Order: sequence, then structure tokens, then C-alpha cells
Amino acid sequence: MSGTFLQLRGLSKRFGPQVILDALDLDIPLNSHTTVIGRSGIGKSVLLKCISGILKPDAGTISLCNSTESIPQFAYMFQQNALFDSLNVFENIALPLREKEKVTAQNLSKQVNRLIDELGLQNAATKYPSEISGGMKKRAALGRALISKPEIILFDEPTTGLDPERKFSVFDMIRSYRKQFGFTVIMVSHDVPEVFGITDQVAWLDEGQIRYWGPPNELLESPPIKLAGFLNPKLSTDKPTS
Amino acid sequence: MFVRLGRKGISFVIELGELTIFGAASLGSLFHQRHIFEKLTRSIYEIGVRCIPITLIVGLFTGLVLGLQLYYVLTNFSSESLLGQAVALSIIMEIGPVFTAIMIVGQAGSALSAEIGIQRNAEQIDALQTMNINPLAFLVSPRLYAALICFPILTAFFDIVGIYGGHLTGVSMLGVDQGAYWSRIYEAVSVKNVMDGFCKALTFGILTTVICAFQGYYTHAKASIPGARGVSQTTTRAVVLSSIAILSSDYLLTSLLLEK
Repeated sequence: MSGTFLQLRGLSKRFGPQVILDALDLDIPLNSHTTVIGRSGIGKSVLLKCISGILKPDAGTISLCNSTESIPQFAYMFQQNALFDSLNVFENIALPLREKEKVTAQNLSKQVNRLIDELGLQNAATKYPSEISGGMKKRAALGRALISKPEIILFDEPTTGLDPERKFSVFDMIRSYRKQFGFTVIMVSHDVPEVFGITDQVAWLDEGQIRYWGPPNELLESPPIKLAGFLNPKLSTDKPTS
Repeated sequence: MFVRLGRKGISFVIELGELTIFGAASLGSLFHQRHIFEKLTRSIYEIGVRCIPITLIVGLFTGLVLGLQLYYVLTNFSSESLLGQAVALSIIMEIGPVFTAIMIVGQAGSALSAEIGIQRNAEQIDALQTMNINPLAFLVSPRLYAALICFPILTAFFDIVGIYGGHLTGVSMLGVDQGAYWSRIYEAVSVKNVMDGFCKALTFGILTTVICAFQGYYTHAKASIPGARGVSQTTTRAVVLSSIAILSSDYLLTSLLLEK
């Protein structure tokens, strides 16, 4: 990990009268894994969508430092994978390259097949998303994200709807591919504290702002009172927190 | 009541503006992408080839009914020999473009709206944006250009089959002279009439494709219910609005074209 890679300053977003992000500041170090945690509906996905450009923030700046300007710089892994159901796994993974880059069919096929091998999707390459398992869909979506060699991958609750065993295999997959491909991860997750095992720092989003930012072990050792209840729901029912 | 009416009026004008921008952006984005020919071919298959059977069936029955109706009207004036002219002009200038457009909306337009709506709900459109792929160029513009190609061609099919349908009723069943039927068509139908019909078909093609794609694309914002029911709501609205657009623009175009 070295230096700030992505800098968010004064980021604000509201939907009608509801303030979702309120002059939020956040620094993402290069080649790091940052996990954004917080209650449901607090605006974690909105934050990711603002970073990726799907949503336009009302105010604030998102700036990249030390970027190599590759296109697209961001890749986004959606909660439900967002694979095109009328394209097979090969075509889904090939889509960003096929549409944006000037590559020959042979070269495209070579690059996609290499990724398919690395992701262990050899048997699923010609299958449609509806014909493969949830874990395979995640890997196919990751393949589509990786094919354009992004500098940052945004993961929006990648373990939603998965059983505990699959959940850990997705975490392992993210960890090992980050090591292998060397990208920066920003992830939104509800899997606290399991996700702390793979993340470098945690950003706690509350009332539109980042209330805590730092390594997960520090957070676990001395959590802020309000976050203690979130980290361990039992605490919030046993003891009222301010 | 006036406040509500005013609000409705303002929201209608806003939606009309959004629709125009959406259509213009889609039209302009075709050449800002790769594999245009492949996408265009697929869209022509979806909008054009798959609509041929329904167009031919409806065209045939329309011609049959028109031949029958007009025959009995013309008999009152002892002008049965004008049947060919009456059938051909009605079909080429009015019924052909309008019915063909309505048939395509029913088959391809509703499918387009539902498909894009489902893609919106499944975050596939957001995924395209994150991949730096213009969703309008990728999803809408090939269909729009395919509609521009297919609507006039399908209208021509409808016209031909419809005229033969009129011939079947008038000449084969009711005994109108075959020579009179065809010679009247030859005398009465000008190139301008045919071009006017195609002009209508092109207009209907743009209007209906933009409306159907727009409703699907903004299903998350336009439907009052999210999810599958929202998609069904916007698909229904797409078909209804397209039909209204066809009939209202037909009136406008007819008055403009007849004035010339």
C-alpha cells in the first residue's frame, strides 16, 4: 500500500429532501482493499455509484492520483452480477473489450480464454448465466470486470444471497485475484466482522459521512459506541447506546 | 383542478422534451460504437423479419374486408370499376402505414420496451455505463435505424398483399372486371402517393421505436411500482402511447401531405 490513489472531497448527494451523502471525505490508498460498512439504506451503494459515475454527485470532487488513464479505470461488480442473460459467459467477459478496444477476434478470444482458465470457468464458457451456479456467476462478473484491466474494482455487496461457505469462497476469490492482478478494491459489505479478514481498512458510513476510517483490528479493539451495536447486534439489544 | 391540469401539462411538456433528447441522442450515437453492421442485422431480424408473417396476414384480411365494404358502397353509385383505385389508395396512403406500424408495435415494440426495462431492473444498463459503453448506442440506436429500414419495407409488403386481398374479394368473388381493377390502380396511384405512404411509415418507425425504448429505459422512473410489474406497466404504456402517436401523427401528416 502506498499513497492516496482515489480522493473524495466534500461529496454530497441527496434524493429529494433526503440527504444521503453529506460533504463526505474519503481517501483510498493504492492497491488497498477498503470496505465500506454501515446500516442498510445508509447510502453505501450510492457512494459506490457516485464513484463509478453511474450517479452524479450534487457537490464534491472525486479525483484520481497517479492514474495511468486506462479506459475504463473503474470496474463495478453489481450485487446481482448484472450479466447479460442473452450472452454466454465467454461473450459476457468479452463484452467490454469487444465494444471498446480495437482487437482482432483471435486476440480477443485468446485474452478471454486465458481469463476463463484463470477463473476456472472452462466448463461454463458456452453456458448462459441462467445455466450456471451463483459462484460461477460471480466469477464471470469478476472476469468481465478484470478483462479491461481496471485500476479499481468496486464490489457492491458481493456475497448477498450466498450461504456462509460460498461467502468465504467469494472473499477468498477477491483476495487471491487482487494479489494476482493487483487492483484496488472498494467494497460495500454487510458481512461484519467476516469481511475484516480480507480488508486493509474499514470506512464506517453513518449519516452521510465517514465516521471511522482505519484498520479493522483497531476498530474491533475499541469501536465507537454507536458502531459497537452495529458490529455486535447483541450489544445494541443488551445495552442502550447513545 | 386548474393546478392539477397545469401540473399535468408541464409534466407532459417535460416528458416530450426528454423523449426528443433521448431520440436525438440515440440517432446520433449509432456511429460511436463498434460492430454496427452486426447489431443492425440483428435488429432488422427482430423488427423486420419476425414481423413479416403478422404483417402479411393482417394485410391480406384488411384487403379482403376493404374490397368487400367498398364494393357494396360503390355498387350504390354503379361505380364498381373504381374498386381497384379505392382499395389501392386507401391502403397505400392510410391503412398500410398505420396498420403496419400498429402491428410492429404490438410485436416488436412491446418486446423492445420489456427487454430494455428488464435490463434496467437487472442493472445491465448501469453495467454498460461502468464499462464505458454508451447504453443508447448499444441498446437503442441499432433498433432505431433498423426501424427506419423495416417500417417502409413492411408497409410495402402490407400494401401489395392488401391490394391482392381487395382483388380476391372484388374480382374473384364479386365479379369486378380484372382489367378495370388493375388499370384503375395504374391510373390513380402516383409515385407521390406511394412516397407519402413511406414518409408516414418512416415517421411512425422513429416515433414508436423512440417511445418504446424510452419507456423501457426509464422504467425505474416512469413506473409507479418497481420490478416485474413496473416493467409490465411501462410496456403497456409504451404500446398505448405508440398507438396514440401513430394515429395523431397520421392525422397531422395526412393534412400536410394532402395540402401539397
